Amino acid sequence: MPDTQTLVNDFVNKLKKRKIEGSQATARHTAELLRSVISQQRIPYTNQAGALINAIKAVGEQLIAANPVELAVGNIIRRVLHIIREEDLSLTTAAIAAAVAAAARSTLRPPSLQTLLEDVPDATAVPHTSSSGGDSEGRSKSADKNSRSRKLKHDVIEAVNELIQDIATCHEHIAEQAVEHIHQNEVILTLGRSRTVMEFLCAAKEKKRSFRVFVAEGAPRYQGHVLAKELMARDLQTTVITDSAVFAMISRVNMVIVGAHAIMANGGVIAPVGLNMVALAAQRHAVPFVVVAGSHKLCPLYPHNPEVLLNELKSPSDLLDFGEFSDCLDIGCGTGEPLLHVVNPAFDYVPPNLVSLFITDTGGHNPSYMYRLIADYYSADDLVIKRKSTAGN
Amino acid sequence: MVQRRPSKTAEDADDLTHVPLQAILLADSFATKFRPITLERPKVLLPLVGIPMIDYSLAWLESAGVEEVFVFCCAHSKQVINHLAKSQWLKHPNMAVTTIESHNSVSAGDAMRVIYERNVIHGDFVLVTGDTISNMSLAEALQEHKDRRKKDNNAVMTMVIKKSKPSAITHQSRLGTDELFMAINPDTNQLLFYEDRANPITLEKSLLTANSSVSLHNDMQDCYIDICAPEVLSLFTDNFDYQHLRRDFLKGLLVDEITDYKIYTHEIHSNYAARVENFRSYDTISKDIMQRWTYPLVPDIQSFGSSVMKLGRQGMYSASDIGLSSNAQIGPFTLIGKGTTIGSNSKVSNSIIGEGCKIGSNVSIEGSYIWNNVTVEDGCKLKHAVVCDGVVMKARTVLEPGVILSFKVVIGEDIVVPAYSKVSLYEQPTFQDSDEELEYTDSSSGMAEISSINALTGLSDGELVSKAAEASEVGANGAGYIWSVCEGREEEWRHSVAPISEDRFAEILQAAAEGVDLPHIDNPQHSEELVAPSVDPENLTEDNIDEFEKEVEATFQRAVQENIKDDNVILEVNSLRLSYNMAATDCAGALFYSVMKLAVETPHSSNNELYKNVAKVITTWKKLLKYYLASIDEEIEVILKFEEICSESAKELSPLFSQILHFLYSLEIIQEEAILAWESEKQGADEVDRVFLKQAESFIEWLKNASEEESEEEE
Repeated sequence: MPDTQTLVNDFVNKLKKRKIEGSQATARHTAELLRSVISQQRIPYTNQAGALINAIKAVGEQLIAANPVELAVGNIIRRVLHIIREEDLSLTTAAIAAAVAAAARSTLRPPSLQTLLEDVPDATAVPHTSSSGGDSEGRSKSADKNSRSRKLKHDVIEAVNELIQDIATCHEHIAEQAVEHIHQNEVILTLGRSRTVMEFLCAAKEKKRSFRVFVAEGAPRYQGHVLAKELMARDLQTTVITDSAVFAMISRVNMVIVGAHAIMANGGVIAPVGLNMVALAAQRHAVPFVVVAGSHKLCPLYPHNPEVLLNELKSPSDLLDFGEFSDCLDIGCGTGEPLLHVVNPAFDYVPPNLVSLFITDTGGHNPSYMYRLIADYYSADDLVIKRKSTAGN
Repeated sequence: MVQRRPSKTAEDADDLTHVPLQAILLADSFATKFRPITLERPKVLLPLVGIPMIDYSLAWLESAGVEEVFVFCCAHSKQVINHLAKSQWLKHPNMAVTTIESHNSVSAGDAMRVIYERNVIHGDFVLVTGDTISNMSLAEALQEHKDRRKKDNNAVMTMVIKKSKPSAITHQSRLGTDELFMAINPDTNQLLFYEDRANPITLEKSLLTANSSVSLHNDMQDCYIDICAPEVLSLFTDNFDYQHLRRDFLKGLLVDEITDYKIYTHEIHSNYAARVENFRSYDTISKDIMQRWTYPLVPDIQSFGSSVMKLGRQGMYSASDIGLSSNAQIGPFTLIGKGTTIGSNSKVSNSIIGEGCKIGSNVSIEGSYIWNNVTVEDGCKLKHAVVCDGVVMKARTVLEPGVILSFKVVIGEDIVVPAYSKVSLYEQPTFQDSDEELEYTDSSSGMAEISSINALTGLSDGELVSKAAEASEVGANGAGYIWSVCEGREEEWRHSVAPISEDRFAEILQAAAEGVDLPHIDNPQHSEELVAPSVDPENLTEDNIDEFEKEVEATFQRAVQENIKDDNVILEVNSLRLSYNMAATDCAGALFYSVMKLAVETPHSSNNELYKNVAKVITTWKKLLKYYLASIDEEIEVILKFEEICSESAKELSPLFSQILHFLYSLEIIQEEAILAWESEKQGADEVDRVFLKQAESFIEWLKNASEEESEEEE
């Protein structure tokens, strides 16, 4: 088994070189890396949770610095930190008394609207809330048998495994809800290509829903063309339009379904470039604007100046052919200033008031409800990932 | 020809399994374009947008999947090795970096020979220089190369090219290199012809017989990224005179018909690749990086280096801990490094400022490259300059476009450094071998020079500064020598970091426009020659000749009146000849005509007096006539002209024809052969035309006899 540090360096390298594409892959890699960090971390007798948290934070800092724009990395790190804190808490409480453990359990279970209403112990049977609450309960019962030092690590690794499982299956969980949202003979518009959206649409198709899809091609990477091909293969009626034709077509559309790069704490969305325009068009014609995203894209940070700080400017070669324009870029004459500038941002920021609904693997939510989901998944202590002792780094 | 290593066949079998991809990185450009900076630091360590060039090359090789790199160090090899050790490249987990040191290599060819001797390259390898900036993926080019190799073992090299149009006016690429002409077979991508100098190009006909179609490009840029078969190394060893990768090796293979090695090209479209060859390309590539063409090798994505850059609006990159005055104006496409402070009312645009610089107030910096720890005091003005580490610019100094300030130079107060000057603490080497052809001898002498510099650096810094401070060129309390722009480097502006100035641009435009008007003298070399340009006879109208003769006559008369020297008359007649597009024989005829006319026009009463006049005039202008009578043809032309004069314009001369001819012969203006040739030419003519021949019959007879006697005497 390779040394953790080499694993971390390798991953940092890949992040820096932008070799990992897509939040889901990044999230999975991050979780797997953190799992191996935890498993190789030596645990002292006292303050075990603290040691683990420090170790994760040390790695986390490096990973976040490697690609600050890929928010999924930070999300997973915070999720793992939260898991450690929760497991630690559940172990402590289990040691004190089973009655207190029950209380702890209720704090562990995500207090979604559903669980609040149906306040029954069997609520854990609901599949999408089972993830952390149910199992930690099961484990806490057997906690007495083993020594606590090995127990914590074991529990955390179990929970992280579940997190990895969740990330891997988030598409299916989201797609399951498709039939509730897509109705017969509707017209759906999407932009670019998102795997989540693709599976969402296909799931509806499999349930014998008949509907049409408009695909805006998503310049400059034209991933919409790829999506159109994939939908065609599933016998979906597909129409490809240019990005600039979105406004003209929006009046015929019943619902806009798009993917996201990240969902911020205020309910705003960092999404592939062009989506803000689509959202504005949808609002103008009162068409619901639905964002589908796995919970690993949920970020506990508030966006500040997101157009710049949370954006990534890609190479202009996506837009222009360098050879054709090389004479325009010749700075040997004139003032020496390049007169031709090409800006190729990867992302758009869609403010929360333009989003009608979020569909995550835990169900549909309003933008204003995001804060509640975030409270479920993250500890407030972890919002800033920086070790206090070595803050200078 | 090629010496194959015995292990070759075993390797072929191994091809199916895994052969690590190897690369050779030449960390020395074997050129002197970056002097005087490169006297103190090797070119590959010069910062490009804050990061040494070699780091870009290595980062690219690593991300392109190269597993083993041999870094060939020559000049300043210790610095290169130290840098590699410090920046962790030597113990990189995915890529093994090995340095090869050699101190007596003076060219890329020598480097290749050294590497061959080490016997470290076992398969196809990538050959790049340490100043290559690219983000291309090698996979496709490598695959193409390998597929070709399977079919044809002689396909030894694949070179990467990229489309980039040269400027139509200055005929240089945007990287400041001369226009590159390449002939490529569009079907196979085989390279057939390569010319990277501004020479006139000639293509051989055999190219077309061997290839059904040939496309000729001048809008391609050579990226200097080559994928080579291992034979390339042995080729360098076999041909020990190969020095330059392109001029010797590439062209050598292209013209070599015996070995039949083939070179192919691979064009990249969406990826970026370029090489920093001179200051112009330094400027261009820096700006391409700032404009993110090299993504992901851009400042805010740190694949290497320590400081974190943030990209703001309008392409402004800044480190997190900079001290900007609230009313400093930072323009677009600017990078400001860690710990740099900028004072109030200073303006910065299109510039790159390194780490730890102190910029005063009211400073204007435009299109400049300021490296680390530079102090710029209040009121300075910099325009398109390169300022190296540790330079101090005292208050109110001005750098005009194209200035290079090398390491630790101090510029005194109120000094204006003139455009294109290079200032260094080291004195300019006294030898001047600016000719590019001598590049190699140059760098070999550079070796000696480096050692002398090492001796110099042995002195304490204070000593050095006090020594340099004697130079008053850079102000009373300045330190540094201004290097004179050596002759033959008139074209400094072509490669400068500064854009071509408007005046210069207008000049070029004008020259180009004139070239269109007078196509026959567009090349100045041609107009200097005295050999007559081949003239299309149809263009020679009668009017033209008459007008020319009149002009020559006028010139000659003026010469007589104003007593102008023969040499000046020759010059004037020459220029007339060029502007009327005449042959040398026409000049001789026209001049002779003028001379005779002068003689006839001088008052005279008898034939005898007329003959005396003629004799006198001819004697006076003998030298002038002789000048144009370089060969027999001209002399015959003169005799014919003389005939024409006698029969047409000056009838009074006709009785004297034979006499004057004799006189010309005696003065050695016209030789025997010419007269005899004239005679034989006239033999077949009409009776009317033979009047003068008859007159001269006795003279010719005499000539013939004389020559016979001479030959008898000789016997």
